[in-house]
Amino acid sequence: MTQADTMARAVADLAAGTAAGIAARASTRIAADVLVVGGGIVGSATAWALRRRGLSVVLVERGKAGMQASSVNFGGVRQQGRKLPELPVSRRARRIWSDLARVLGSDCEFAAIGHVRLARSEADLQALQAYRDQAAPYGLELDILDGPALRRRYPWLGRDLAGGSLCAEDGHANPRLVSPRFARAAAEAGARVIEGTAVERVERAGDGFLAHAGGAAIASRWLVNCAGAWSMAIARQFGETFPLGAIYPNMIVTEPLPAFMTCCLGLYGTGFYARQVGRGSVVIGGVRASGNDSLDSCRPNTAATLKEMSDALHFIPALAGANVIRSWTGIEGAFPDGMPVVGPSTRVPGLFHAFGFGGHGFQLGPGVGEAMAELIDRGETDTDISGLLPARFDAP
Amino acid sequence: MNPQAKETRVVIVGAGPAGVRAAQALVQAGLRPVVIDEGNAAGGQIYRQPPEARRRPARALYGFEWKKAQAVHQAWQALQGSVQAHTRTLAWNCYRGVLDLHHPEQGYGRQPYDRLILATGAMDRVIPLPGWDQAGVYTLGAAQISLKAQACLLGTRPVFLGTGPLLYLVAYQYAKAGARVAAVLDAAPRQAKLAALPDMAARPAMAAKGAYYLAWLAAHRVPVIHGARPLAIEDDGASKVVHWRDGGGARRATGGDVACLGYGLRAETQLADLAGCEFDYSPRERQWLVRRDAAGRTSRPEVYVAGDGAEPLGADAAELAGEAAARAVLQDIGVGGQQPRLDAIEAATARMRRFRRGLETAFAWPAELAAQCADDTLVCRCERVTAGEIRQAVREFGLRDVNQVKSWTRCGMGRCQSRVCGLAAAEVVAAAAGEPSTEGVGRLRAQPPVKPVPFDAEAWSRMAASNGEGAARQAGGTAGGEGR
Repeated sequence: MTQADTMARAVADLAAGTAAGIAARASTRIAADVLVVGGGIVGSATAWALRRRGLSVVLVERGKAGMQASSVNFGGVRQQGRKLPELPVSRRARRIWSDLARVLGSDCEFAAIGHVRLARSEADLQALQAYRDQAAPYGLELDILDGPALRRRYPWLGRDLAGGSLCAEDGHANPRLVSPRFARAAAEAGARVIEGTAVERVERAGDGFLAHAGGAAIASRWLVNCAGAWSMAIARQFGETFPLGAIYPNMIVTEPLPAFMTCCLGLYGTGFYARQVGRGSVVIGGVRASGNDSLDSCRPNTAATLKEMSDALHFIPALAGANVIRSWTGIEGAFPDGMPVVGPSTRVPGLFHAFGFGGHGFQLGPGVGEAMAELIDRGETDTDISGLLPARFDAP
Repeated sequence: MNPQAKETRVVIVGAGPAGVRAAQALVQAGLRPVVIDEGNAAGGQIYRQPPEARRRPARALYGFEWKKAQAVHQAWQALQGSVQAHTRTLAWNCYRGVLDLHHPEQGYGRQPYDRLILATGAMDRVIPLPGWDQAGVYTLGAAQISLKAQACLLGTRPVFLGTGPLLYLVAYQYAKAGARVAAVLDAAPRQAKLAALPDMAARPAMAAKGAYYLAWLAAHRVPVIHGARPLAIEDDGASKVVHWRDGGGARRATGGDVACLGYGLRAETQLADLAGCEFDYSPRERQWLVRRDAAGRTSRPEVYVAGDGAEPLGADAAELAGEAAARAVLQDIGVGGQQPRLDAIEAATARMRRFRRGLETAFAWPAELAAQCADDTLVCRCERVTAGEIRQAVREFGLRDVNQVKSWTRCGMGRCQSRVCGLAAAEVVAAAAGEPSTEGVGRLRAQPPVKPVPFDAEAWSRMAASNGEGAARQAGGTAGGEGR
């Protein structure tokens, strides 16, 4: 059976409704080097990178791969503004992004059109300058533009800005295409991708793990927990706790407009970001929507939508007269310190965590995948993830 | 009446036949409902009232139905002072007991409710064909609204295509108003209409009207073709040429100055969806309808549906359904409602449903036209997605849920939010995925706003000011980062 046949079969299984994916056959026993839980961009990228290193991989996704936060996010491919501990993996991810069209078989609308962080005041601009200096050792090149330079370069911006910081190699992509395609790339590289199947239980078995998912038993040497906002369900089975919360970014999008935004935007500090997609629609975010504690529903929030409209008009006056045609949100795992956990569990040998990206996972995902694959394959990674390790949440 | 019940905030969305009768029944029971409607005046689409300057006698505007139209308008007039009416107001979202509103001059607003009656009506079902997205191609509903509201013919030599009772009614109305109708191209074959006769006998007067339109068109030498399979609409510079295949399989072409198409009705259900109502698939309509009891109670205890937005049964049924929903509200808040009257409405509605079954037999939604449309046919006009792209998403990526297809292809993501293309797109997905009906490919979830709403610089600060800390806490206090 070729890989394509396997995929087609999996799809047919799903379609027939006879089983929730391949794993649902009670007789199925699967063994692999690594079990990846969660088919978002982080899990898919990890599975893909593991396969490139020759490890056998099963990826289990309870829904459809790449359909949660990985596909409903803003779609920014942004390095600048990342917290410094995130920058090494962000830089690594950016190198993969350049090559992603080849990996995914489509550019997925990735365009490095530049990203500008806007400063509302001189103090903001000074903070952007300080960040530029801090980020330089990581190889991130940022251009500080003062008010007049910003206006010359981006005449469509609002008038009262003190300046901005341009990262020319940042940009955006269509997350609804990138993330599902990553899962497909992992499958094509030989990972067994099982969709529509939840991991109900996972336990220690000898040196490795035994997971029960949709009636199947999956034995693995390593276990990677990248189940996004739902990752605690896996961590708790090993008695691990993390201060993981959830956020619900409120997104709005306009009808298609003539192309005019020549860069992606973010506001220094917080609260507003925007980009114009190739189709012409302007996507805007920056305020939080609503969700519930059981992580099974989320809704755009009217106050957030109106706030985003008001901010958008302020920073992008050309939106006056345009219409908002849709709003949405998604469920994102997030930590209080605004950074994910990436790395080995401090308690369970062979267990690795990569979750709680708080909205940064889309850009970071490909880099995290490679770093995780190195960690598992070699026990160490070339990428400095020391500031992201799960150990930072261990009780002192 | 207990004073608490009287304070119940009942909000009705839609002031067509269903909404007006719902308001009337509530006012009769001593309540003061809020009525929200997008139009300038009550009447809905079917009994739409022209602006003052375009007023014409009811008989000229509404034909056989003029007395019913007048009765609905008069009922509405009599309610003035007893209802809180917001016309020209779009209800664009509905969540946790609050409707979000927009008015072209007053801007954004919010309307809380204890009970909500959704009488949101229906719109044309569309099947895409090459050329349907060009200027000069309209829906049947649009053609009729232009005539009713503006006394304006979209064209003087229109070609009407599609199927359904509206096809004949609009052709008749256009011809009576002076248009030279080039042709009526009905996709449904003649036999289907004969097969429908037993059910249509449930409402002899309605069936007779249909027969009258047909006879009138024949007497006025308007070409009416049954079983015409539309192929494409082409603009040859001078006219719109509709290419079609006749029952014998021969290619034909009919030229006119505009083409108007429609294939029956689809219920406008987005607000019910946003309110959290459950849906059931209707195999007969091949669309998802809000789950409800005979009186219009939905799965949400505070939400009721009535009229064509619940189930497209036509204006007479809508009047009854509006009244029934209001009576259900009254029962549920403990102020009567009169069960015998509800039973009578249910019995009358059953007859109308049987007639409707006849219409669905006579003018069945030709699902295969959508399912088999050529790969280069534009299915989603707003985002310019072709049938071929949808099929590729199904084939290559194993997508078989319309929401996934939307996410992947952008089909239904644009201005119309799939209101126009959604049903046809579902047929394309179902056929490509080997599903016998569109039930198997799921239901497109609604996302606010249900229709486009404009940017407004002041709305947020106004809302924050009027809501005090609530709104500020809701939004301003939770700024959300700089984007991924």
